[in-house]
Amino acid sequence: MAGNLTQYRSWGGYPRAQHVAVARPAWRDQLAAIVAESGPWLPFGNGRSYGDVCLNDGGKLIDMRGLDRFIAFDDEQGIVHCEAGTLLAEILALAVPRGWFVQVTPGTRFVTVGGAIANDVHGKNHHRVGSFGCHVRALTLLRSDGTLLHCSREENSDWFAATIGGLGLTGTIVSAELQLRRITSPLIRQQSIRMYNLREFFELSAESERDYEYTVSWIDCLAQGANMGRGWFFRGNHATGTRGPTHGQGTQLKFPIESPVSLVNHWSLRAFNALYYRKQWADRATTTVHYQPFFYPLDGILNWNRMYGKRGFLQYQCVVPPDCAYEATSEMLKRIANAGEGSFLVVLKVFGDKPSPGMLSFPRPGATLALDFPYRGTSTLALLNSLDEIVFEAGGALYPAKDARMSGAHFRASFPQWERFKTYIDPAHSSSLWRRVMQGEAS
Amino acid sequence: MRKVLIVGATSAIVNATARCFASEGDRLFLVARNSERLEQVADDLRARGAADVHCHVMDANDFAAHAAMIDAAREAMGGLDTVLIGHGTLSDQQACQQSVERTFAEFNTNCLSYLSLLTLLGNHFEQQKHGVIAVISSVAGLRGRQSNYVYGAAKAAVIAFTQGLRNRLAKHGVAVVDVRPGFVDTPMTAHFDKGLLWAKPKQVGARIHKAMVRGEDIVYAPFFWRWIMLIIRLIPEAVFKRLSL
Repeated sequence: MAGNLTQYRSWGGYPRAQHVAVARPAWRDQLAAIVAESGPWLPFGNGRSYGDVCLNDGGKLIDMRGLDRFIAFDDEQGIVHCEAGTLLAEILALAVPRGWFVQVTPGTRFVTVGGAIANDVHGKNHHRVGSFGCHVRALTLLRSDGTLLHCSREENSDWFAATIGGLGLTGTIVSAELQLRRITSPLIRQQSIRMYNLREFFELSAESERDYEYTVSWIDCLAQGANMGRGWFFRGNHATGTRGPTHGQGTQLKFPIESPVSLVNHWSLRAFNALYYRKQWADRATTTVHYQPFFYPLDGILNWNRMYGKRGFLQYQCVVPPDCAYEATSEMLKRIANAGEGSFLVVLKVFGDKPSPGMLSFPRPGATLALDFPYRGTSTLALLNSLDEIVFEAGGALYPAKDARMSGAHFRASFPQWERFKTYIDPAHSSSLWRRVMQGEAS
Repeated sequence: MRKVLIVGATSAIVNATARCFASEGDRLFLVARNSERLEQVADDLRARGAADVHCHVMDANDFAAHAAMIDAAREAMGGLDTVLIGHGTLSDQQACQQSVERTFAEFNTNCLSYLSLLTLLGNHFEQQKHGVIAVISSVAGLRGRQSNYVYGAAKAAVIAFTQGLRNRLAKHGVAVVDVRPGFVDTPMTAHFDKGLLWAKPKQVGARIHKAMVRGEDIVYAPFFWRWIMLIIRLIPEAVFKRLSL
């Protein structure tokens, strides 16, 4: 039952939480007895969410990684049914050789299916296919009173909508059935295009939506003035031929120890950004790459979060509505560049208008900006607060899976269905994030 | 395509090994006590690519059922060329010290059931003149320690028995693999605090699969336990008896 309590951290390492117990079920039939004990409980997947959405300070966790069995794999229809602790990496290892791929993948394949549903994650093809939840055919949800709910768009559809993006609070997701998509090759035909400024990003996004399934961009967050928003625009499609690299990340590097101080600082950031912006001579280059480096560049280095040192880091991901996306994004980039903060990986992408199925789903039409900040105390928090002003003034939202600090008022304003959602919360479930964003709200 | 009999299929280490066989498209015959959990394991192995998967519910302590189980496996798979025996319980040393029955019960599960299966299978493989038999013993079987000597003694018998069987079957072209895992983070060891020496079942399972495919003799998993156990076995008894291990 015990396990090492200290190993349960979020990816950002900020904030830290003290859990009083961790249950580690190995079988589906053990879950009911676990959640019948006094909580509050929170299912914990593979610890890839950044802030405190996967933490339950003072409460208990259910480590779901022991539940990683496939229940069925339908080769004809491309439907995979598996336990909630199964990693997307494990699904891909099985599916890709058989000509199938997940419909939606986030930037790491080391997330569990349960975590991907609970955070309703998105990928580089949001403008085409919507969020992860759009491709969940069904899920089973265990409530702490022992009820097992089979949920889909037809059956218990309200529970389905509450549980997708439901932050693990509606009960424990036991298993799920996912629809996969056909591929004829494990390769991606990718084009990288140099962008000279932010305006070009929006032009390229609009131009690429029709012909490219995957689009994303990297921004040099230190560039100012006329260069603001410069970077690389990446777009790609699943390749149809098989000519190209046959292996992905064969050997994985591992960040060996936690650095005592953050290795991401003003100088390393300036050097990296300057070099990366000049990574190739041509303004445009088309290459065929394996799907792993295309979707998961950071999965090549295990535990890369350790480079931020023991104080950890904060990830900031927001979405701002389409009508003010350019103004809001440029204002944010200006403030970040002025502060000289930010990180190597700054990602900008335009979401499509396919509705997300969850009551608390984050993806919605607009531009989404994501970047990490090494945690340096109050100066970091002050910068993020000033970014909040822009986001919420514009009517945008922050992504709970990445958040460690947004105010309750902001959460409630940007997830207007929170009150309805609340009635679906399992009385034995809670999380650090939920208690934080409910502060100041009379219950 | 291998025809693999797997005893203790719901154990974490054995299950991890079975996944490796499944992904190579082998034919599997799974044996365990709990039918519901056995079916869950079978579903998983089918999805992972096993050619076909048969389930057989049996308590390893029901020695009388062993021969019929082996016949059923040969029948279902149309032969049998690979065996992994890995069921077990981690004995409660304190409780065993207070009870002869309990000590003997641990011996039934962790030792005598192995000897029964190995006797029956040994004869089959001797005639067949090919194949691999693997057992999961333990580093605990290499030296008796006060914290764990009932389990250790049972595994010590398995180790010596396996060694003799290997000696007997080597000339018949049959490999007998003795896998000695160190600390593995499984439900069986859930109540221990985990340190640097602990391995994941996936890692140990992959090692066992490799050893079985190659027909190795003695395998430590992970490898460094060979050196840890060498040191532990070299400590003079006069010193060892005073240690709190």
